[in-house]
Amino acid sequence: MTMAIAGRAQGALPNQPLDVAAIRKDFPIFETGIAYLDSANTSQRPKQVTGAMLEYFEKFNSNIHRAAYRIAEEATVRYEATREKVRAFINAASTKEIVYTRGTTESINLVAYAWGRKNIAQGDLIVLTILDHHSNIVPWQILAAERGAHIEYVDIDEKGELRQDQFADLLQRGPKLVAFNLVSNAMGTINPARDMVAAAKKAGATVLVDGAQSTPHQPVDVRALGCDFYAFSGHKMLGPTGAGILYGRRELLEAMDPFMAGGDMIKTVRIEGTTYHDLPWKFEAGTQAIAEVIGLGAAVDYLSALGMDAVRAHELEITEYAYEALSDVEGLTLYGPPPSRRAGVVSFALEGIHPHDLATIADRDQVCLRAGHHCAMPLMTRLGVAATARASFYVYTQKEEVDRLVGSIKEAQRIFA
Amino acid sequence: MSAAADDQFYREYILDHYKNPRNYGRLEHPDITHEEDNPLCGDVVGMDFRVEDGVISDIRFHGRGCAISQASASLLTERLKGLSLDEAKKINKDDVLGELGIDISPARIKCALLSLKVLKVGAYGLAGDDEE
Repeated sequence: MTMAIAGRAQGALPNQPLDVAAIRKDFPIFETGIAYLDSANTSQRPKQVTGAMLEYFEKFNSNIHRAAYRIAEEATVRYEATREKVRAFINAASTKEIVYTRGTTESINLVAYAWGRKNIAQGDLIVLTILDHHSNIVPWQILAAERGAHIEYVDIDEKGELRQDQFADLLQRGPKLVAFNLVSNAMGTINPARDMVAAAKKAGATVLVDGAQSTPHQPVDVRALGCDFYAFSGHKMLGPTGAGILYGRRELLEAMDPFMAGGDMIKTVRIEGTTYHDLPWKFEAGTQAIAEVIGLGAAVDYLSALGMDAVRAHELEITEYAYEALSDVEGLTLYGPPPSRRAGVVSFALEGIHPHDLATIADRDQVCLRAGHHCAMPLMTRLGVAATARASFYVYTQKEEVDRLVGSIKEAQRIFA
Repeated sequence: MSAAADDQFYREYILDHYKNPRNYGRLEHPDITHEEDNPLCGDVVGMDFRVEDGVISDIRFHGRGCAISQASASLLTERLKGLSLDEAKKINKDDVLGELGIDISPARIKCALLSLKVLKVGAYGLAGDDEE
């Protein structure tokens, strides 16, 4: 089943400016009247994605890689087709380098377990950053505690950007692993990933890039980036929850032992021992999230048809608009760099109004706003706040939704005056 | 759209307790002191108790967080002052929610009950009911 992508005539070239009104027609949830400003948390999913999943359930629901009958072949083909779509989307060299996981968190845990335990030893240094999400901190803390390694965190400057001078100093100490997010989920900061990867590789480190917040929002080329591992989630890029990706350079994945063991990740099992399956299936034990992976494939098709340069351009326009609108609000503090150096994320605090109170008041106006620490408690501590309010944008976001947010903020200020 | 609904939630007396918290601060050499936080949203509430002859003769709370968590703590201290420990032990979540007098959504219930957790865990060493 192929569904046309709204706002794109058949055969139209991608990367024309987005037709947001047409795009929104693909997302039935907007008929409820919500202003959805929490896409960095999880995105909405278009009919093309839910339709692809529904088609699997209704027309060829069966298990993959095992059965000889026709619908199981169809399921297997559709499931594996996502791998090539993802490979092309991030420009990996081979589908063998595309491992299905449940999401970014599992991808990073896989590396921490299967690569980390083999390669991190007593006294080794791991370099992370204060901008990292808990999912790119806690697995390394567990590994470091287990192996007797230690962790250093790159700090931010007053603009919310990583201190490259400090990063360079840490690289001098020969870290075994460098891991950081390409885009900060809490502040939207876009890190100079290509330069950071190049410097870390030059220093001899293995490099993992957390792409949870970058893959949905800007063009990604893992080979140009030059990292060893790249992790992201499907549910932040119009796909369903429960399907994500670990990209790993083939030679590294080949040398790693499995993360989970069980069915489908083996070639032969004898009571004396087991031969593991080839890449990437070595890392995919048990019955997989088949419908979700098929849905992720449909999400990649959707984004590819829009063109990731057009996606970024649209988000930049909305972010600039929001940045300006929020800057005009009295008693509002914005965190992080200016729009040109941030993704579609605006994090802020209001004087005298806790973010949770603001989110509750916004909710009454059907404005979905995130309030909390955004799974980045070290960053919140660094900023000296317990929580921030965060608005985040995507392909379907309209300026009118930003206006509604400003309305909710004014309403909160009236109530708390 | 919903000024009326907002005002129902953020009633005047809740906002008053938030902006002008009662019994706010610290006691010197308290007989009991305990602090709890709600890591999800960063709310913190701590309480210091002075207990004389089994009666809470003085109480102070400190903390930071949303209007619901701080107003709830302020209201609870008013209720606790002068109560015997036995009476204080009987206070439950329905009492606290009743005192707030507003409809608390599941997402905010932990904010509303944080101060009760401080009372239960801190003063009595009881395991806090983490969920409700």
